[in-house]
Amino acid sequence: MTKQTGFQTARARYAAVFAVLLAAFAALIVWNINTGSVHVPVREIARILFTGAGDDTQVGIVWKLRMPRILAAAVLGGGLALSGFLMQTFFGNPIAGPFVLGISSGSKLCVALVMIVALRYFSFVSSWMLVLAAFAGALTAMAFVLLAARAIRQMSMLLVAGIMISYICSAVTEFLIAFAKDSDIVNLHSWSQGSFSGTKWSHVGVFSAIVLICLVLVFFMSKPIGAFQMGESYAQSMGVNVRRFRVALIFLSSLLAGCVTAFAGPISFVGIAVPHLIRLLLKTEKPILVIPASFLGGGVFCLFCDYIARTAFAPTDMPISTVTALFGAPVVIVMMIRRHRARL
Amino acid sequence: MNDAYFRTEGLTVGYNGKPLIRDIALGLRAGEILTLIGPNGSGKSTILKSITKHLSAIRGDAFIAGASVNAMNYKELSKKLAVVLTERLRGELLTCWDVVATGRYPYTNTLGLLQQEDRERIAAAMERVHAADLADKDFSAVSDGQRQRILLARAICQEPEILVLDEPTSFLDIRHKLELLGILRSMAKEKGITVILSLHEIDLAQKISDKILCVNGETISHFGTPDEIFREEIINRLYGMEKGSFNLTFGSVELPRPEGEPNIFVISGCGSGVRLFRRLQKAGLPFYAGILYENDVDLQVAAPLAARVITETPFFPIRDETYETALLLMKKCEAVVCAGVPIGESNRRLGDLIREAGALGLLKEEDALFSAAQP
Repeated sequence: MTKQTGFQTARARYAAVFAVLLAAFAALIVWNINTGSVHVPVREIARILFTGAGDDTQVGIVWKLRMPRILAAAVLGGGLALSGFLMQTFFGNPIAGPFVLGISSGSKLCVALVMIVALRYFSFVSSWMLVLAAFAGALTAMAFVLLAARAIRQMSMLLVAGIMISYICSAVTEFLIAFAKDSDIVNLHSWSQGSFSGTKWSHVGVFSAIVLICLVLVFFMSKPIGAFQMGESYAQSMGVNVRRFRVALIFLSSLLAGCVTAFAGPISFVGIAVPHLIRLLLKTEKPILVIPASFLGGGVFCLFCDYIARTAFAPTDMPISTVTALFGAPVVIVMMIRRHRARL
Repeated sequence: MNDAYFRTEGLTVGYNGKPLIRDIALGLRAGEILTLIGPNGSGKSTILKSITKHLSAIRGDAFIAGASVNAMNYKELSKKLAVVLTERLRGELLTCWDVVATGRYPYTNTLGLLQQEDRERIAAAMERVHAADLADKDFSAVSDGQRQRILLARAICQEPEILVLDEPTSFLDIRHKLELLGILRSMAKEKGITVILSLHEIDLAQKISDKILCVNGETISHFGTPDEIFREEIINRLYGMEKGSFNLTFGSVELPRPEGEPNIFVISGCGSGVRLFRRLQKAGLPFYAGILYENDVDLQVAAPLAARVITETPFFPIRDETYETALLLMKKCEAVVCAGVPIGESNRRLGDLIREAGALGLLKEEDALFSAAQP
């Protein structure tokens, strides 16, 4: 009977975590619409959202500025957490993530290159071009990381390799931006620091489609992901085609990381900190729970961080990574210390 | 070999396309236990990994009930073959129940949700390995013995026809070794599951296996029943044992015999000498032993350890010739120890030998040997 009660307490825990995440998600959306240079009362928000009626300035601000930005934080934050979770699964290490491995910076470099070239010669950049460039950049950076992983089998060295790739890509990006003497340089600069500001509705459609499709695909991969968490050999003995599965993991995590970078620039620590916090809350690693919870958690985390980035020094926007690092890095440090202790 | 349930044909295994062991041909009937023995690094694991498709075979193939393993995809294979690997099972925050539940993987739906039937199989598998009470325990916190049992339960609830285990008894104490092998034995005999495993403990291999495969690096030196394989020359050559020896009757191992000219003579019988022989070996003191009947259990240990053993044909009175030889050897020694032996009608003359030793003033207490040897 103890097993039965064990299952029940676990279920109650899972339900509670999801309830809290959903509540926080909803509350943060309202809060984000509510505050800013123009205050929108909570009572008005429902009216504006559901009927579109109300004070013209307020409707404009909510629909044109705040909603796209909120959706970007929610969806891209979720995508980032998901990408981190996939990379952690792939490398079998909780400290892997799109930012530390240099994947985000790889995308950033490619996107900057495409933007500058396209703006100069075609004076036009489509969202899809950016996504494609970001994806290509992410895959290229991933290829370098995998090469490094093959040469050095130590995880810490892999992270060092990732950080070096990240520095090189960032340096080249800054170099490119210095050459782009366009009016877009301001935009380009704030984007290369990572920010949800300036999100357009056309962007929302593109990244939502990509991220949500990836979410569904990843969710339906939760069974082989669970098997893979036990180690490659065991996964294979359970009937997983490991080679094909690894390709799928790389493809999806790079697409997610690239997509986020294309629209919001590189954002640090979300990919590591969120899945870790979620595992801690759920007290399980089961992908079928961790995947949706990480997605929600990533959204909550980024909504919260973007709120601070937006309001702390209003009207100046801070780069989102400044805030995510402030909250995410301590989580990572605590996690590393705890793991080290557990091993001793 | 045509009625074999599991067989390999010209299987050549190795890493990175370089063949390590060539042309492995073996056949097993359903419910048989095959044990791979051989020295460290001889390729036991390589063969097992090739059978489980963790390594692709360089040439040749394995067949389960006539179906080629090469042609099978991983999913099909996972319903026929389950493994217990030496590799640590990664994954965190898992209870033992969760780990066993992963064995149901090939049978669950797209999202991997467990049905009532799966839960029953999991519970039954845990019961089978006497681990039902571990269900709620954290997998990373259990002992080595418990961990192996949980991994075995995991393999069992995968409902395989073949179970492959790579050194499942490493790190286990003797009780858990016996327990684990006992479970394997009953799985094989009651459920007809074919078991392929590698073992370092050749004494246990001899007792549990139906077939033995000797692996010694480049080729399969022997394949056959334990009776065919467990011969002194085969085992000693397989392991390159020049020192020490393997006792075929008991499956026990003795360390090399002490070197030098003996000056100790041990009189014993009916098992009274075994402990003393081993104590002398440990102290590095060479010795003679006698007079032992050839069916005396003491002889099994005296033969590999004593510089020379004087023996006599069982059930016959000790002959003059034997007695004289023993007496001659005894007189060369400085000490004679009698470990205790019943004297009856046929071995009457052994009593004479003891009396003779006493008369010569050679008879010593056992402990005197060791205090003298270690001033």
